[in-house]
Amino acid sequence: MKMIKNSLGRLVPDEIPGVGKFEPYVSPFAYLDRKLTSPAKSAYPIHPQPPRRDKVTSDIRQAIERSGLEDGMTISFHHHLRGGDAVIPLILRALSDMGFKGLTLAPSSLPDSHDFVADYMRSGLVTRLFSSGARGEVGRAISNGEIEIPVVLRSHGGRARAIEQGDISIDVAFLGAPACDKWGNMTGSAGRSACGSMGYAQLDARHARHVIAVTDNLMDYPLRPRISIPQYLVDQVLLADSIGDPAKIATGAVKISRNPVDLKTARNAFDLLDASGLMVNGCSFQVGAGGASLAVAAYVKDYMKENKIKGSFGLGGMSGYMVEMLEEGYFEAMLDVQSFDKSVTDSMTRNPNHIEIDASCYANPFNKGCVAHNLDMVILAALDIDTDFNVNVQTGHDGVLRGAIGGHPDTAAGAKLAVIVAPSFRGGVPTIKERVMTVCTPGETVDAFVTERGICINPRREDLRRRARDAGLPVKDIRELKAEVEALTGVPDDPEVDESRVVAVVENRDGTLLDSVYKVV
Amino acid sequence: MSDTKSARPACRSMLYMPGNNPSMLQHVVAFGADSVLLDLEDAVSEREKDAARCLVRHFVKDVDFGKIIVTVRVNGADTPYFERDLKEIIPSRPAAVRVPKCHSPEDVTLADRLISEIERANDIPLGSVKIHAMIETAHGIEHAYDIAVSSPRLEALTLGGQDLTADLGVQKTRGGVEFLYARGRIVMAAKAAGLAAFDTVWTDLNDMEGLKNEATLAVQIGFTGKAAIHPSQVDIIHEAYRPDRKELRRAFRIVYAAEAAEREGKGVIAVDGRMVDGPIVTRAFNLINLARLYGIEKEDDLA
Amino acid sequence: MIIKKAQAGSLESSDCLVTVEPADAYSMSYSGQNEAIFKRRTERLALEIATRLSVCAHISIQDQGALDVTLRARIETALERAAGDEGVRA
Repeated sequence: MKMIKNSLGRLVPDEIPGVGKFEPYVSPFAYLDRKLTSPAKSAYPIHPQPPRRDKVTSDIRQAIERSGLEDGMTISFHHHLRGGDAVIPLILRALSDMGFKGLTLAPSSLPDSHDFVADYMRSGLVTRLFSSGARGEVGRAISNGEIEIPVVLRSHGGRARAIEQGDISIDVAFLGAPACDKWGNMTGSAGRSACGSMGYAQLDARHARHVIAVTDNLMDYPLRPRISIPQYLVDQVLLADSIGDPAKIATGAVKISRNPVDLKTARNAFDLLDASGLMVNGCSFQVGAGGASLAVAAYVKDYMKENKIKGSFGLGGMSGYMVEMLEEGYFEAMLDVQSFDKSVTDSMTRNPNHIEIDASCYANPFNKGCVAHNLDMVILAALDIDTDFNVNVQTGHDGVLRGAIGGHPDTAAGAKLAVIVAPSFRGGVPTIKERVMTVCTPGETVDAFVTERGICINPRREDLRRRARDAGLPVKDIRELKAEVEALTGVPDDPEVDESRVVAVVENRDGTLLDSVYKVV
Repeated sequence: MSDTKSARPACRSMLYMPGNNPSMLQHVVAFGADSVLLDLEDAVSEREKDAARCLVRHFVKDVDFGKIIVTVRVNGADTPYFERDLKEIIPSRPAAVRVPKCHSPEDVTLADRLISEIERANDIPLGSVKIHAMIETAHGIEHAYDIAVSSPRLEALTLGGQDLTADLGVQKTRGGVEFLYARGRIVMAAKAAGLAAFDTVWTDLNDMEGLKNEATLAVQIGFTGKAAIHPSQVDIIHEAYRPDRKELRRAFRIVYAAEAAEREGKGVIAVDGRMVDGPIVTRAFNLINLARLYGIEKEDDLA
Repeated sequence: MIIKKAQAGSLESSDCLVTVEPADAYSMSYSGQNEAIFKRRTERLALEIATRLSVCAHISIQDQGALDVTLRARIETALERAAGDEGVRA
């Protein structure tokens, strides 16, 4: 494995044995110069069927045998069932019992709760992992160097690109379906395991050679009134006792933080949005569901109300708060690739302006126009950030994989204004680093970093800095704020890693490599 | 624009922070209060008095609080902690110490004497650390003016509402009728002695409307600031102090006239054809200082 | 002079629990979520305080994400509590 330095000064491999060759990262939109086009005849999975074939089985072994799955092939899952997911454990156990080996696991992401996946990676059932993130025991196993082939970590848009371009070639997709009919029409908007949008699953259903819907809720045919994934994309319907724990799938409504540090951060971020001049009629907005992020949405809502502004669309992972903004008329539509809480799951059935979009539509830079590319403002969280505004959402300060990239780099690259929010220090550890351990979102795509102690604006955005200063906002140089915080916390050491052993790579949305993750010592 | 000597920095809010709680102390600068009150008294259990004293001393000495005015509430003179608190805290040079339970001038003069000794022993210019006298008994209220003039070190009188209700044998009401006299008396005594006057805390964290009403009342009566027990209360207090636009316009005209008079060496200041006295000029300066905290620097900002 | 075992601080977040025990020579141990990045800083800081106060003791710190200033205060309080009436330096 030869290591090359990319434009961010990060060493990345030119090839991962057993996975393929990679190019180093150049710049956010360098891919435009490559003039990529599709082959004359695109390979869309076909599977000729006789009339009236019954797709339903409750025999898991039979379903797997019929799929034609072999050792070394690639399987996928979606993560819409989050911490409550029972599909991945069900299928992996069956595959393990059937003696499969050397599979590539390519889920849209791995839920927090899926520590058992580490055991299947150790046992040899799974030898390659492509994911949006790796947490808990899985993250530890990878970071400890227990998995031989480096893991490829991609953003949601990057995964969609990889699937459509053929970098990820899914042989069998096992798609948990909260509501499904006997011919495989599915939706996430109904059933005891309802999860809302199935945006990530839609993509897999379109491109996997064999698609198995896994459901605990067989509905009368035809499924109605909504269909997220239509029957013509589905090979089999596997009836299971349970696809998940409803209490952990759709959690209670995400509440706005009452932590004064989060609220102050949110206030500063909102003030910056205000100063940017982007909060006008027809604006679009994405915000996460965590800590300070949702509090920013609350300030935005108050502002829109007071100034009689109506936005065009809200995007991304949908929380109840965003749906509330839709219902109260602050946005024309919500474009939903993934739903976060219980109040969202049936909203799409009730409200035609709550629109389900797939992962490619959301963030794939290589299709004919993803929504992330016409987003005005996005508020994103971070584990840490460096003085070049590179953001890490993947490795903790012990160097161990613990996060997921999600749509972070996609929306940062696409939005007119990408604002990172985080406390200036957390658990005694400063958030601003000289050099983040792992670049997940390149600093070139980040416009501002906002904390409770002030606002740091990327020098590439002098216009924004001027606007913020004119509005009297607490603008600070990022190095100045770093020094201010380190005066309190002390300067942390970098965790010790073994740079001769790459355990994972972070792929940019265009397929080039942003950074390598090394084995911890 | 220059300040006059008698205009003091606006201090609308004083945020209480429990002295033994690092997770709160470390975020003080983010909470937006004009001043903080690091508490060694009621917020700290008997067992942790030493730890809180040490923690607060280090925070005051080592941490950059920016523009925030840092004060420390020590334990009362009737406790075994009083002298030790002063001895350890004064050398770290907070802007002021708040002395609780001031019944009579002697409580202040005792503190003054001890602080002077400590300042001398540590080569600190005499009078550097101010005293805020907290009045929380009927006896104290009745001696408010005597207390206010008892030491040149005094900077403010503050009303301690919780102990006062107990002393009066009354209930705290939402409208605060039980404190009407105490509030008036403290403001009057403070103003007569040229001191700041700080109102007591609003304790119901879920009743923001009640806080808003009480803060408005405090402003109307003449308190220069109000204490807060939670960061969420700070903005509401600041909003109550937002200067009236009309009054502020007049204040700008007075200040411009005063500056013009000074340049031209005139002794008399006239605005809109009427003479303006010294106290009115001082108030105008104070008001403009206050307006800065709301992002208003000049008359045009009012448009 | 350190004559007995004593503690200061807590296991609340942003605090630390410091335990001081009499010992023939100075030693210290540090544990907590930030061990990988703050071990050296904390060792430096504890040694500096122990040297300044001429203390012979075992200092153990369970860190819950405390700032420098908090660590210093807690170490000092623990040392004072562990000292006799004549004080740490006696």
